[in-house]
Amino acid sequence: MTHRIRPAFFSALLVIALSVPVFGLKLTTEGIALIVEGATASTYWIIAACAVGMFFWTLFHERLAAGWAASPNLPRILAGAGSFLTLPSTQRWIICTLIVVALVWPFFGSRGAVDIATLILIYVMLGLGLNIVVGLAGLLDLGYVGFYAVGAYTYALLSEYFGFGFWSALPIAGAMAALFGFLLGFPVLRLRGDYLAIVTLGFGEIIRILLRNMTDITGGPNGISGIEKPTLFGLSFDRRAEEGMQTFHQFFGLEYESIHKVIFLYLIAVLLVLLTLFVINRLLRMPIGRAWEALREDEIACRALGMNPTIIKLSAFTLGATFAGFAGSFFAARQGLVSPESFTFIESAIILAIVVLGGMGSQLGVILAATVMILLPELMREFSEYRMLMFGALMVVMMIWRPQGLLPMQRPHLELKP
Amino acid sequence: MSRPLLDVSGLTMRFGGLLAVNGVALQVHDRQVVSMIGPNGAGKTTVFNCLTGFYRPTEGKILLDGESIEGLPGHQITRKGVVRTFQNVRLFKDMTAIENLLVAQHRHLNTGFLAGLFKTPAFRKSEREAMQYAAHWLEQVDLVDCANRPAGTLAYGQQRRLEIARCMMTRPRILMLDEPAAGLNPRETEDLKALIALLRDQHGVTVLLIEHDMKLVMSISDHIVVINQGCPLADGTPEEIRANPDVIKAYLGEA
Repeated sequence: MTHRIRPAFFSALLVIALSVPVFGLKLTTEGIALIVEGATASTYWIIAACAVGMFFWTLFHERLAAGWAASPNLPRILAGAGSFLTLPSTQRWIICTLIVVALVWPFFGSRGAVDIATLILIYVMLGLGLNIVVGLAGLLDLGYVGFYAVGAYTYALLSEYFGFGFWSALPIAGAMAALFGFLLGFPVLRLRGDYLAIVTLGFGEIIRILLRNMTDITGGPNGISGIEKPTLFGLSFDRRAEEGMQTFHQFFGLEYESIHKVIFLYLIAVLLVLLTLFVINRLLRMPIGRAWEALREDEIACRALGMNPTIIKLSAFTLGATFAGFAGSFFAARQGLVSPESFTFIESAIILAIVVLGGMGSQLGVILAATVMILLPELMREFSEYRMLMFGALMVVMMIWRPQGLLPMQRPHLELKP
Repeated sequence: MSRPLLDVSGLTMRFGGLLAVNGVALQVHDRQVVSMIGPNGAGKTTVFNCLTGFYRPTEGKILLDGESIEGLPGHQITRKGVVRTFQNVRLFKDMTAIENLLVAQHRHLNTGFLAGLFKTPAFRKSEREAMQYAAHWLEQVDLVDCANRPAGTLAYGQQRRLEIARCMMTRPRILMLDEPAAGLNPRETEDLKALIALLRDQHGVTVLLIEHDMKLVMSISDHIVVINQGCPLADGTPEEIRANPDVIKAYLGEA
């Protein structure tokens, strides 16, 4: 007990010290006295309560943890539920249910909700794509947003200069991102772990800065605006169609409603996510999926078995980039505007956080984590100053209680049937 | 005698100032079991690493069936039919036994992206054949019961056998085993001996062996190469080696 007093004391001090920036307090000198600005009496009480709470928590949490472990009921049920939820068959059912719900609810939801759901789906797609690289192949990629930017700008430029529509630009955007993934991966994938992370981080920044400085082509910091929205077999969702085109509401004889466009975009996003899910599900069961896992476990053994590690890693990198390209071109179509500021490092960090939070390699986990990561800031707009703080707290809590992620994956094992 | 399957001459490996392997020569004929012995640190594993492309030898020639293979990357040498195990077991521990064997067949499978995506008949057939081949070899090494268990949970002797089966998935001509009997009990060592004999006699595999278990080496080898401090010390049949005074001196020290 006594040996806990010192750390407890320092934890309490740390709480007090941290409360200064968190509450936005200001220390100023007046003569020789140091005074605190910007604090009310209640602020002092909150800080004091937190410090005392921290003191006792540090002092007693070992005992509490022991007591928790001794009480048999609750945690075991949780553990059972956890392993049930991570079974591939369960996850498949949950995903099927989610798909049905996802397809039906926008027709009853509000415009704002559908819009946020579309944003979530973009991040689901990005998370699933990065999951191939990080979760399945075990390559830490911190510049994933670079491929996202390539996809977005590919569509933006094609639409701006050559008048391409969304559907014809989508595969091109994917292919461009894949090409960039391939070109970056080829020299870089000899590197391991941290070095790979640094180089990819640099790549993401290079892409962004390049886009900002090629003012003639990309419009520099202003970006490209007025990007064409997707059409349904040539039917546009605008109020008035261009010359020679028809609008959706005219064709079906409906009243013009702006929510049609939002729902349409949402459904495209669902479609793209489904495509991504399908491809990843197949990949897991294909030889290349097994090779990724083997490579993650033991690269030397893989080489000794005649597998070319560079090619296998490159395939993961390229495929992951392709999905970022799809997500990027959809993002450009939805916003109607792309600018380099949409592709900063923090985006890479959020996508990576989605993958880690959800559980490496888990698809359902990524969906859940993307929802949490995008929805929470939207729901808690009043607390937006504390967004980063909550982000950090969430990460710390996760690392303590569920380091394997919310819903880690149990891989579909192949079985030998007698 | 016919041309040797593997012909190594003047193999030298230098790490900075350290001469780890110095002028080792080695000839392995088809369907032979050749053992490499020597005290700890003699450079046996370094020779293996050079032969399988994990190191690029400083000097020397390595001919596989008349074709020079020195300096090729490891995975390409494996594809030419030289496959190895490691001193410590290097299975993919989280994957099941059968999956370990499937991974090793990667090169022989239909890895086409679209074929796999849409489960074409060709893809299914290739997967089914891979499964059958893997099952066949699990039977050979007596591990059918453990097929669906994660490799990391198998007993040590079983892991060793699984590793050999995994090597066989690549359809090798030469199998290089680095201390396969290390850590096995006498009965398991007997099983291993039977397995090596089976590989050679029924599957036509040539075996190159590093081993410290002299009973095993002497009973199974057609030919033995002794290495001491990186240099070749002796070369001959088990009887010749047993009688060689230099070998005895290297192992037991000077009287």
